[in-house]
Amino acid sequence: MDSKAFDPPPGARTGGQIAGTPLRRTVRDALKIVIVGGFGAGKTTMVGSVSEIRPLSTEETMTRAGIGIDDPGRVKTKNTTTVAFDFGRISLDAHKVLYLFGAPGQERFWFLWDQLFSGSLGAIVLVDTRRLEDCFYSLDRLEAHAMPFVVAVNRFGDGGRPTLDRVRDALSLDEGIPLIDCDARVRDSSKTVLVTLVRHLTRLREPSAVQEATS
Amino acid sequence: MTPRPLSREDPDRLYTVTGGRSEAADDTLDLVALIVAEDEPAAGMQSEHAAILRLCQGSPVAVVELSSHLRLPVSVVKILLLDLRDTGRVTVRHPSSAAAPAAHQADLETLKQVLVGLESL
Repeated sequence: MDSKAFDPPPGARTGGQIAGTPLRRTVRDALKIVIVGGFGAGKTTMVGSVSEIRPLSTEETMTRAGIGIDDPGRVKTKNTTTVAFDFGRISLDAHKVLYLFGAPGQERFWFLWDQLFSGSLGAIVLVDTRRLEDCFYSLDRLEAHAMPFVVAVNRFGDGGRPTLDRVRDALSLDEGIPLIDCDARVRDSSKTVLVTLVRHLTRLREPSAVQEATS
Repeated sequence: MTPRPLSREDPDRLYTVTGGRSEAADDTLDLVALIVAEDEPAAGMQSEHAAILRLCQGSPVAVVELSSHLRLPVSVVKILLLDLRDTGRVTVRHPSSAAAPAAHQADLETLKQVLVGLESL
């Protein structure tokens, strides 16, 4: 299951009402957390296991200007990249809602990442140990953006191997970056990953943590 | 990529929906900006504008949810929303992160509230 597995609910376009649970009227601030990972790593599954709405899907497009631009006959074939992405949400209290985005990790979708990461609290890198190399690019970009993140190994179907130590080694992960096991299908497990990320963010904000990080 | 209605949409039509405009860089809406309708859909209104007003009656709706329900790309929905905002038909609740001094700098108080919310799931 991956980033294009869900369509908007039937009838949503003409029904005139948002299907499922509407946000509370009092909600005034929306926060973001981005889940990145390779194709099939379980991003949509994780979004779905904790979201209060069935995961929704939408698209963003980016058109590269300048290709075929001088030839009106070619306008429709100009270079447009479309990326589908999924999201869900969790109402935190009367005023705050948290949006979870599942973002495809491939390089050609980087233009979407900028939008997703803007103002995001942090990121979860979801790892499929059978395809560890799929997250190298994501890790590079997160570090380049100074976006705080945790790494969660989705243990679905890998029998608990390789160990977290081996994964940390293979990904060259700094000791300060939390690395945990999870089962993205299980609500409590996905919740634990989110809590681990937010605790990590909290530690990074505390003055003592800043001193440690710079010493 | 699985073809969806949008993928089969004539690019010229999407261009027409927005009147050929693109957003000003200093006037962007966040993906999770919350939209509240301040007006009812009216006769003669562009159908996409009317659809947005119907969806945002009563409860706020995030830009990205509107995009999903309308089956229009996020960038197109943003332009439609700026029309509605500029004519007072919707108001926007911008995320607090939009006013943060730097990227990835949620304050401790916010993080603690998020933690409380998540732990009570």
